[in-house]
Amino acid sequence: MVEEDLPLLSVVGLTKFYGRRVGCIDVAFDLHPGEVMAVVGESGSGKSTLLSLLSTQLEPTAGSIRYRMRDGVMRDVFALTEAERRFLMRTDWGFVHQDPALGLRMAVSAGANVGERLMAVGARHYGRIRGEALSWLERVEIETDRIDDPPRAFSGGMRQRLQIARNLVTGPRLVFMDEPTGGLDVSVQARLLDLLRTLAADLDLSVVIVTHDLAVARILSHRIMVMRQGRVIETGLTDQVLDDPHEPYTQLLVSSILQV
Amino acid sequence: MSAVGPTSAKGAAPPHPAAPRPPSPDGRRTGGADGYNFAYLDEQTKRMIRRAILKAIAIPGYQVPFASREMPMPYGWGTGGVQITASILGPDDILKVIDQGSDDTTNAVSIRRFFEKTAGIATTTRTREATIIQTRHRIPEEPLADDQVLVYQVPTPEPLRFLEPRETETRKMHALEEYGLMHVKLYEDIARHGHIATTYDYPVKVDGRYLTAPSPTPKFDNPKMHMSPALQLFGAGREKRIYAIAPFTRVVSLDFEDHPFEVNRFERPCALCGADNVYLDEVVLDNSGGRMFVCSDTDFCQERRAAGHAGEMLARAPSFVAGQR
Repeated sequence: MVEEDLPLLSVVGLTKFYGRRVGCIDVAFDLHPGEVMAVVGESGSGKSTLLSLLSTQLEPTAGSIRYRMRDGVMRDVFALTEAERRFLMRTDWGFVHQDPALGLRMAVSAGANVGERLMAVGARHYGRIRGEALSWLERVEIETDRIDDPPRAFSGGMRQRLQIARNLVTGPRLVFMDEPTGGLDVSVQARLLDLLRTLAADLDLSVVIVTHDLAVARILSHRIMVMRQGRVIETGLTDQVLDDPHEPYTQLLVSSILQV
Repeated sequence: MSAVGPTSAKGAAPPHPAAPRPPSPDGRRTGGADGYNFAYLDEQTKRMIRRAILKAIAIPGYQVPFASREMPMPYGWGTGGVQITASILGPDDILKVIDQGSDDTTNAVSIRRFFEKTAGIATTTRTREATIIQTRHRIPEEPLADDQVLVYQVPTPEPLRFLEPRETETRKMHALEEYGLMHVKLYEDIARHGHIATTYDYPVKVDGRYLTAPSPTPKFDNPKMHMSPALQLFGAGREKRIYAIAPFTRVVSLDFEDHPFEVNRFERPCALCGADNVYLDEVVLDNSGGRMFVCSDTDFCQERRAAGHAGEMLARAPSFVAGQR
């Protein structure tokens, strides 16, 4: 029970400058196991910088990111060796890109895409790797007879679902998502959101999801963090922030949603 | 200008760059063609290459960068192998050069002549007699001994290259021993063909550490690399890399538990010498489908025939296949 109360990810004073330009300033939050947090804001508000920092693709100018490893010890992710960090990235973490071509190997089959992480951690039994890939394709609603097709032959929605399967196959505890539904038409988007919500709940995933789409945040996230000009201006439970926004900018964002 | 002798006319041409270089102090470095140092390369270059070779032997399977020189032959013809051979060659060495297992193809003949001319050393086609064997595509059938060195010509030293085009990334993958990607390729083979369809340049792990390309040798030869008594050196001239497998080093071909590594099998023995369990070449004989399978290792085949072995087609094989003997 005590375990449940401890954060999985703890961010303090995270700041990034690009020369004199601001990436993000003094971002701090705790993320608990099973929690889904959305980072919203307009273009240039620093959400992508924040995601790159969290996933250790960028080094911060100041501040720290600490992560609870599987042994229960909190470690500063930038104090890990590069080998440890890369291992973390492909086992305990996942990263879902907006453009599936960045997160997939477009020239190799769907099965190999899903199996790559398993092989990277030492799986050497073809039958078992393939079996695992099949079960994951099923879970993300891709027909299993497409296992030997390359993602080039897939539609945008299928590619995105394949990318999710590829990330989840090693049972990660923390997944970063960068506009996972961007560029998809609304019906495909709805299906993907449904899938993400189910998977996150089933697998007890912690998720940091960056989006400019408040509807996506509403459906997926428990908590929301609003960013503007590199700073966090408002945080709170999703329903609370979206139904009763306090900051003028958040009010503007919420009132800008188009109604059908 | 005071160094110029009194007989020099003013404005005389400077010494020609290709003028004979003085022999080294030990006096043994000549012996080849006039105007060239022993075995073509200058002594400083050889030292540089030997340092790379020593490092490569110390870290089996690791690709050591070296300052590869222009050689008087095109890239792809064995410039890496030739530079290694030139650097380790001594006046008493006996050199054998094989190309696709054969001693008498253009590449093999011209490299052999190159060293005959520039180093004045003895050459042979007999595997057993040679102290250095430079090879492209094959490891001789005759087991090698601990006083022999096998020099491979390597076009693509990086086994991960076609999966990961970035050199910075492949180096990092080697450093962190992240080799899962190689299995992705083997997985793809099985998914597409039902078995691992890679038949040459089949990736190996050397001494339990470095993923290594065996150069385009058929996978038939991979088991010969394992615990070989002979030193194995690999040179890639265009890619500027040298790597090595020290004698008696473990070399394991990658595979899956349920799809283990297998060597190529041939249905029939060699049609000329009747040898089993050797690597065979297919030779097309006519336009009506006639063909035969013969040893790719020409020296091995000839020695067997000289010892009285005969395959089913020895008597009627055309001379361009069977040779004059």
